Amino acid sequence: MKEHTGANGQFIELTGVTKTYPMGEGHIVALDDVSLALQPGEFSGLVGPSGSGKTTLLNIVGSLDEPTSGRAVVLGEDVAQLDEKRAARLRNLHIGFIFQTFNLLPVYSVFENVEFPLLLLRQPAEQRRRAVADALERVGLGDRAASRPHQLSGGQCQRVAIARAIVKNPQIVLADEPTANLDAENSHKVIRIMQDLNRDLGTTFLFSTHDEKVVGYLRRTITLADGRVASDETGSAET
Amino acid sequence: MLLRFALKNLTGAGLRTALNVVVLSLVFIAIVTTQGLLEGMNRQASRAMIDAEYGGGQYWSPDFDPYDPLSYSQAQAPLPPKLAEMVERGSAIEELIVQGTVYPVGRVFPVLIRGIDLGQDVLDLPAHTLGDSGAEIPALIGERMARSTGLAKGDSVTLQWRDRNGTFDARDVSIDEVMKTTVQSIDKGQIWVPIEVLRDLTGRHGEATLVVVRQGATAAPEVEDWSFKTVDFLLTDIRNLIMSKTLGSMIVYVILLFLAMLAVFDTQILSIFHRRKEIGTLMAMGLTRRQVTLLFTLEGTLIGVFAAILAFLCGGPALWWLSRVGWRLPETTDSYGFAIGDVLYPYYGPWLVTLTAAILLFVTAGVSYLPARRILRYRATEALRGKML
Ligand SMILES: Nc1ncnc2c1ncn2[C@@H]1O[C@H](COP(=O)(O)OP(=O)(O)OP(=O)(O)O)[C@@H](O)[C@H]1O
Ligand SMILES: [Mg+2]
Repeated sequence: MKEHTGANGQFIELTGVTKTYPMGEGHIVALDDVSLALQPGEFSGLVGPSGSGKTTLLNIVGSLDEPTSGRAVVLGEDVAQLDEKRAARLRNLHIGFIFQTFNLLPVYSVFENVEFPLLLLRQPAEQRRRAVADALERVGLGDRAASRPHQLSGGQCQRVAIARAIVKNPQIVLADEPTANLDAENSHKVIRIMQDLNRDLGTTFLFSTHDEKVVGYLRRTITLADGRVASDETGSAET
Repeated sequence: MLLRFALKNLTGAGLRTALNVVVLSLVFIAIVTTQGLLEGMNRQASRAMIDAEYGGGQYWSPDFDPYDPLSYSQAQAPLPPKLAEMVERGSAIEELIVQGTVYPVGRVFPVLIRGIDLGQDVLDLPAHTLGDSGAEIPALIGERMARSTGLAKGDSVTLQWRDRNGTFDARDVSIDEVMKTTVQSIDKGQIWVPIEVLRDLTGRHGEATLVVVRQGATAAPEVEDWSFKTVDFLLTDIRNLIMSKTLGSMIVYVILLFLAMLAVFDTQILSIFHRRKEIGTLMAMGLTRRQVTLLFTLEGTLIGVFAAILAFLCGGPALWWLSRVGWRLPETTDSYGFAIGDVLYPYYGPWLVTLTAAILLFVTAGVSYLPARRILRYRATEALRGKML
């Protein structure tokens, strides 16, 4: 095992991260000199208006993208230094993703969707089976293992996606607007499940959201505006 | 592992996959069928010609050149002792060929008069029927020859030739037998007579034009001046003819294959476009771009694999049946120019099948990879946003 807060510093640490996209003559600044550190076990969220850079930031933390300038260290790895293979490995082992649109694989059953990351990790079948059953149990879908995504409601789909993200017991789960496509009841349900996972497994959660219901659950709220950190408040929600 | 995903994705795509598989397997079957027919043709024609004319190879007298009609006047030579001994032993037969002319009811037909031993069993040629009538000069001709000259069994016809001094001579010959053969070269324009009779008529005692070695006879010895022609050499013409037909049919199949490949290509492009979010998701879960590319390439290639399997399951029995029962040819097939007979038995060699399958798979893999290659340039973030690069 790698020591995740080793030579390169923090668990997650962004220093002066700027991300620009070329656009016509000039460029769009998606993130502008963002410095930010996250500790293991956090349950925090990025909020802010559309276009403020939330997704961009999550992608950098998830090593799917790299800063134009500045330094992003995730689990001791400098994201900009990782080649594609090592970045993929980092995600595979330690980072789970949850998307606004669930992004389940349509031809796979619920079980197979959740099993997918474990297959990538080449875990033995029995271990996979137990881990998947456990993950589905945690999101309350133990009885839907054989269903296909199109047979599930949106809320159920997102719960499968959560199971898929946490089945490998990752260090970090990144959730980009996980409740944007859900009704209020399902939003609460989904966010509570994640809260439980954070408490039980110690998994770090980082959200992006403009959903007030989600904000209510956050222990730390980082507000972005025009690619900058506008405010960073800790301790607003009860556990 | 990727293979498992690919299989799942492919079967999940259902109808689209099925269509591609069916089209591709039809192309596969079509190619194998035609090539099998041609190969059957090749084998059948070769066999017939070996049986009826070439035997296990031929020795040619020094000046014999079947491509030069003028050479026939010198294409006879005394049999060298080594060959005479082979003939004696029964592992070869001699053949004397002289140019001549027949005059059936006032018409003129140039012919080759071919003298052959009546008791021979080296070639599949009913020479033993000669002399049944007790005629002075008994002759044997083929059906095609009979048709074009209007001669029939029992007829008498005037035959003219030159003897070894170049003097013209003519005599009536009696058509003792009309034989049915698939081999045109022993039929059209040929008239068979007993070799000793021909030697008498031309004053060429002890001479021959060529010597046909018995099939499977032990290795032919070197003979001075007389050149040995292997069966392969003798069959060059027909092989070339069939090769040219094969190449001709290839063009059609290249086009068919191209169309089938277009379908696979199209499916791939569509599938990559539709599933760009899935591509991003796979990358987020820790697949590298190369792995995702491989996954999509595999999915396309599997279409080829399924097609081959389907072709094998459905086409296999049909083709096997065809190779048993044969393909009944219309009368006009003679114009193909080689000896096939009435029924063509296609031959599906293991090579033909494997090679066709290999080419098909190879091309499918290539065509699947071409569009999938674009994934190598994808950014996961763009793919997740549903954008294409
Ligand atoms: N690939 C890209 N090319 C060009 N511009 C981009 C790209 N990705 C993001 N941007 C721009 O960067 C800025 C930040 O985008 P980002 O997606 O991070 O915002 P966001 O806070 O997630 O917004 P939303 O709440 O709508 O999801 C936006 O102005 C966006 O248009
Ligand atoms: Mg966003």
